[in-house]
Amino acid sequence: MSDKKKLVIGVIGADVHAVGIQILYHAFEDAGFEVTNLGVMVSQEEYIAAAVETAADAIIVSSLYGHGELDCRGLREKCDEAGLSEILLYVGGNIVVGKQPFDEVEGRFKKMGFDRVFGPGTPPEETIKALKEDLHVE
Amino acid sequence: MKPILMIDFGSTYTKVTAVDLEGARLLGTASSYTTVQTDINDGLNNALNLLSQKIGQLQYEKRYACSSAAGGLKMVSCGLVPELTAEAARQASLGAGAKVLRVYSYQLTEDDAEEIQQLAPDIFLLTGGTDGGNKENIIENAKILAGIPLDFPIVVAGNRTAARTCERILTEAGKQVHVCENVMPKFNQLNILPAQAVIREIFLDRIIKAKGLSQASQLISGIMMPTPAAVLAAMELLSRGTQKQSGLGQLIAVDVGGATTDIYSMSEGEPQRVNTVVKGLPEPYAKRTVEGDIGMRYSASGIAEAAGMANICRLSGLCEARAEELLSQITQHTDTLPETQELAQLDFALASLAVKTGLMRHAGFVEKAYTPCGETWVQTGKDLSAVDKVIITGGSLIHADRVEEIAACALYDAAEPSSLRPQQAEVLVDTQYILSAMGLLSQYEPDIALTIMKKELTSHGTAK
Repeated sequence: MSDKKKLVIGVIGADVHAVGIQILYHAFEDAGFEVTNLGVMVSQEEYIAAAVETAADAIIVSSLYGHGELDCRGLREKCDEAGLSEILLYVGGNIVVGKQPFDEVEGRFKKMGFDRVFGPGTPPEETIKALKEDLHVE
Repeated sequence: MKPILMIDFGSTYTKVTAVDLEGARLLGTASSYTTVQTDINDGLNNALNLLSQKIGQLQYEKRYACSSAAGGLKMVSCGLVPELTAEAARQASLGAGAKVLRVYSYQLTEDDAEEIQQLAPDIFLLTGGTDGGNKENIIENAKILAGIPLDFPIVVAGNRTAARTCERILTEAGKQVHVCENVMPKFNQLNILPAQAVIREIFLDRIIKAKGLSQASQLISGIMMPTPAAVLAAMELLSRGTQKQSGLGQLIAVDVGGATTDIYSMSEGEPQRVNTVVKGLPEPYAKRTVEGDIGMRYSASGIAEAAGMANICRLSGLCEARAEELLSQITQHTDTLPETQELAQLDFALASLAVKTGLMRHAGFVEKAYTPCGETWVQTGKDLSAVDKVIITGGSLIHADRVEEIAACALYDAAEPSSLRPQQAEVLVDTQYILSAMGLLSQYEPDIALTIMKKELTSHGTAK
């Protein structure tokens, strides 16, 4: 099999924003990653099941409807429980309610165990650059 | 005339079905007790004698057979995540016509190894990991299997990166190993046909001999397959048709036996309503499930547990004390026939609830979710609401008095709106009990098998 780094992506919770995740899928694939796209309305358990089965290197959580903070709570702990303690966790999108200072938001999600946090309007290239850095690609 | 013979060695009955290939017609059927303990040919010859009394002595050009005698094809499988590769392994085994004794997920423990040894499966299906995905789990499980002092063959159908390692570990331990394509090569992609082909080969080579069926095999020109695999083949042919003849389209089939209830659905099962998000593993077009706890005799108490004693009383019209008394009577004397009025009433209730429970577990379901973007449906499993044919087979159902009412239990029920069962359907009854025979015939003469099924399945109106 290829030595490509493997990602699991999806939109968490009751969020049905289907377009952006497709764009991310293609952007990550084009950047040389092997991507499992779980689509919309993904539960924490689904991310973990997919990551276990595919031996993924990172889980990338998207959220656009403002409830991301509630949806993401406990994901890191569940990963630890499932034996995925090394896995990289990213989150991005409109992940909180309303307009809040990004550094505060970032701090809260990092405390929840996310390795990187991306605000609204982040171009895919920025995430790809971070992934390559964190996963030691190239 | 060009007569050929199909034989079904069942756990209780050996059934023979004669077909004229030239006229594409059924000549006759007969059955007699299966004699696997002594010589399986005794039961077969008894059935053949009965058949010749009905249709005369014929020279059969070919004899094809299927079997579920001696416990059928017993399988145990394991995968990694329960809803993913472990579920794919279950689907593969069921579709191959196996009786699935147990499905394990994650790492096998020493206790599991002891349990597997006691279960003594005919074949073990080892899976886990997508291609290039997790390989530690399947390798560890291969090591555990290597330590079990039994010689069942092992089919390795997991992460291809780990396949050779597993093969080596198991071969060194003296196991017979068959490596084939992964049951889930990519996440959520079901690929069960290669594993099923290997399972069938092993069944032919090895299981038939081990089960005392080889004495009969010299008489048989070909194709021994597990009976449920034959029924599945018949249903798929009836649904899809051939190049020359159209099939009946989407359908479900129900077979309520003494010990188990088998449900078959031929349908893509795609959502019938808008705004539906589908969750879980994709389902095969030809899907089989088996309810091991639901049956008319051995598992009659399982129906009471699953559907509730109150429902048995309501449908049978019996009081609870009497219904319980009769239930324990029929589970102890499994050859009881519904000869009294009360027993017939009880059998009606049991059959109705077996069909209902079997279909509830087989069909998919929807849940409503309220999202900030509006109302959405989340579907798990197959949506069978547009299926419009129900095939009824199995000894206890095909001669039942109120078969339309029993069949109606397979359908949509306002009390269970989330269960995606057919809205309304034509009821077709396998009166001659020929589906397994037609499944065998479909492997050689699909057009003739389809013609005969269309002719012999009798319509009992439309149920709603």
